[in-house]
Amino acid sequence: MRRLSWFNVTSLTLGFAFLYLPMVILIIYSFNASKLVTVWAGFSTRWYGELIQNEAFLDAAWVTLKVAVISSTLATVLGTMAAYTLVRGGRFFGRTLFSGMIYAPLVMPEVITGLSLLLLFIGIGLDRGVLTIVLAHTTFSMCYVSVVVSSRLISFDRSLEEAALDLGASPFDAFRLVTLPIIAPAVISGWLLAFTLSLDDLVIASFTAGPSATTLPIKIFSAVRLGVSPEINALSTIMIAIVTVGVLTASLVSKRASLRQQQDAQAAERATG
Amino acid sequence: MRRAALIAVPYFWLLVLFLVPFIIVFKISLSDAALAIPPYTPTLRDGIAAMFAEFDFENFVFLTEDDLYWKAYLSSLRIALLSTFLTLLVGYPIAYGMARAPEEWRPTLMMLVILPFWTSFLIRVYAWMGILSNEGLLNQLLIWLGLIGEPLQMLNTNFAVYVGIVYTYLPFMILPIYAALDRMDGSLIEAAEDLGCSRLQAFWLVTIPLSRNGIIAGSFLVFIPALGEFVIPSLLGGSGTLMIGKVLWEEFFNNRDWPVASAVAVILLLILVIPIVLFQRNQQKQAEAEQ
Amino acid sequence: MSQNVFAPWDDPNAKPLIRFQNVTKRFGEFVAIDDLTLDIFEQEFFALLGPSGCGKTTMMRMLAGFENISAGRIELSGQDIGKVPPNKRAVNMMFQSYALFPHLSVWENIAFGLKRDRKSKEQIDARVAEMLKLTRLEKFAHRKPHQISGGQRQRVALARSLAKAPKLLLLDEPLGALDKKLRQDTQFELMDIQEQTGTTFVIVTHDQEEAMTVASRVAVMDEGRIIQVATPSAIYEYPNSVYVADFIGDVNIIEGKAKPAGEELFHLEWAEGRAPVKAASQQPFSEGQTAHLAIRPEKIRISTEKPEEAVNLFEGKVLDIAYLGNLSTYHVELPSGQVIKAQTANTRRLARRDITWEDPVWISWSATAGVMLDR
Repeated sequence: MRRLSWFNVTSLTLGFAFLYLPMVILIIYSFNASKLVTVWAGFSTRWYGELIQNEAFLDAAWVTLKVAVISSTLATVLGTMAAYTLVRGGRFFGRTLFSGMIYAPLVMPEVITGLSLLLLFIGIGLDRGVLTIVLAHTTFSMCYVSVVVSSRLISFDRSLEEAALDLGASPFDAFRLVTLPIIAPAVISGWLLAFTLSLDDLVIASFTAGPSATTLPIKIFSAVRLGVSPEINALSTIMIAIVTVGVLTASLVSKRASLRQQQDAQAAERATG
Repeated sequence: MRRAALIAVPYFWLLVLFLVPFIIVFKISLSDAALAIPPYTPTLRDGIAAMFAEFDFENFVFLTEDDLYWKAYLSSLRIALLSTFLTLLVGYPIAYGMARAPEEWRPTLMMLVILPFWTSFLIRVYAWMGILSNEGLLNQLLIWLGLIGEPLQMLNTNFAVYVGIVYTYLPFMILPIYAALDRMDGSLIEAAEDLGCSRLQAFWLVTIPLSRNGIIAGSFLVFIPALGEFVIPSLLGGSGTLMIGKVLWEEFFNNRDWPVASAVAVILLLILVIPIVLFQRNQQKQAEAEQ
Repeated sequence: MSQNVFAPWDDPNAKPLIRFQNVTKRFGEFVAIDDLTLDIFEQEFFALLGPSGCGKTTMMRMLAGFENISAGRIELSGQDIGKVPPNKRAVNMMFQSYALFPHLSVWENIAFGLKRDRKSKEQIDARVAEMLKLTRLEKFAHRKPHQISGGQRQRVALARSLAKAPKLLLLDEPLGALDKKLRQDTQFELMDIQEQTGTTFVIVTHDQEEAMTVASRVAVMDEGRIIQVATPSAIYEYPNSVYVADFIGDVNIIEGKAKPAGEELFHLEWAEGRAPVKAASQQPFSEGQTAHLAIRPEKIRISTEKPEEAVNLFEGKVLDIAYLGNLSTYHVELPSGQVIKAQTANTRRLARRDITWEDPVWISWSATAGVMLDR
């Protein structure tokens, strides 16, 4: 392995600085005592205190969390079914349309998805609220889940399912006892992806949310439109912290699992020489 | 029987919540605006037959007459194209550096690229508001360095929109290019040098062509969502920043002209079909080449 | 035929365990299996041998129930199994990739099929223990598949597929993933286990040596058809076609025109102005009919001096020598340009290397050394 040239070191340093500095600055300024967000006036956790007392934000956070949990769970079930159908379903009527409908939402501008769903909800007279946001989020995130799960299913050794059938398992048992445990990591990543997409979504939620339910991104957006605010800095810091801890834990867990697998494989090699 | 249910449930869900809404958008783009709720006629309640009986292209005619719209389309295309190119310029060296980094660093570097993707898009855009504003850190830094005397207007300009797009979509550019470079056999460069290429020639003649698929994939992944972008132009752009996502939003929420908003959406979709089909074809070609 | 020889295929009253009747399988336009009829008997170790794409794996998958048949009928113990789904067939399969469930331990893998039959816990425990013992895996019962070696994985796969005591066990390239040395040991192990359990084995392989070693009968396949079904020695010594002769082992093919020369004796005119090759054949050939003489290299003698009596004797020069340790193969070019391979065993440790490149040599063989084939 050649050592990294100074050009590569520079591009990596500058690149990651560009990716991370804005967030680091945001985090630093969330601890700024001053209301003027650009002037440093000493360390303080004042804005975190105010944030906790802000009922509107807490309500919105609660709605967001509720929507995210329900919609990502629904999306995982539907998306896994869709992935299984696409990879294993063989031919059926309207297959092309189905795979088109799975892939289209991935490239669809959010404004269009949001607008079209809103028009549907109004057309059938469904009141806008938590339910409509859940329906909207489930619809677009199930497509992401199905892409994640189907890419795992494609690389899945089909003879494992056949072996289960061969040993007397019914097709449903083969799925429950063999396929599902093996693709579980992909299903879990799909759920996490759907969950984050739902937490982050502003545009589609803005179209489908009603006066009775507002999500956190909608709240943040309307606050931020007026300019930078220290409370939002604090809120952003909390959200960044949660995501960082989550992603780091997930990657550590999977790294340890793969490390253990490597050691096992080496041990097996040694045992048989 | 079970198989039928397995197919039917997600199929039906997508039909009702994805396909039908599109047909409605298409339909409403062909109706008249009305001062009512919902603010268009004829409505679904007038019966499906009535809805489809009165096709009316005046919203589309309106879009061509008012130069706001076609200017917004053109400006969206320009901004999306230019920012895709800028993202490529910024992203390629990072992907290249990652692919050349020692093996044991790569998973960490990968994770560092993916991590921002999991953080809220809105927050990442918002982070730049504090940096680019007139009293923001960047202006303070430039004044302190003595490069400028007074603050530059950076926030609420197209410049800020470019920065925002490059920043938020950078991971989409880096990952496919990195994947292509990572797959590349390192001995190819050595072979090129052995055959008399200079470092730079080897880069141009071997590395770039072999990462072409990554570049194409990354560019589409940035270009397609950037074209319909709403959050970035509305937070970082100014009143002069015309992007179609923002126009659609305003048409809908501020002017409450649903038929025109729908017509805007239909045209945006038609524009997007071309890059999407090209992207799909590129991906397919790549998949076939790998087999 | 004596009674203790196992040869049910020669007994017209024997009932086959499996019967393929005019079975055809099409994938779209492609005909994978073409109107195939075949009987396999109880306790046989039957090998399907052929190059990749010859249809052998398709036949196995039809037996397991993973492929429907396009036409014809497959019977197991006299019953049509065409409509029976794979999970309801008394047939088990050992997969080429082994298909061990990676999330389950060795013990759980072996117990998987037994649990599907809702057997009692005691029954399952006893049967798994028996299987572990049979395959010498007791020590590894609680390991996961990735924690054991390739050879052990192969034995787990075998134990798992035998656990339900199937009427028929299918083995898809069971030794393909093992290295050569381990493969040879495992071949004998497989034969032992087959004998101990009395299960009928059908093995799919592209390795002719493996098929010859393990099987009681071998079916040589090509393009969806069975070319020959016979015992390994019959396939080797009496191939029914040039294809089979060429596919199994090393062979010299001499093509020429047949000319009857006495009772079951023919002359083969193979090159202008050369003495004809004399060969015995029970199969009649008419005058001038094209015939191929297939003759194994080890049946050809090679010497530096002209042997005294020889039915077929030719002079040539050595083109190439392949030294294989126990054997040496000489490539001898005849004046006509034809190259004949002759093989001798290196029985002496310090071989007198009296034959070397470019040496003039004599090659000879008897009239019964080869087989005359019409195709």
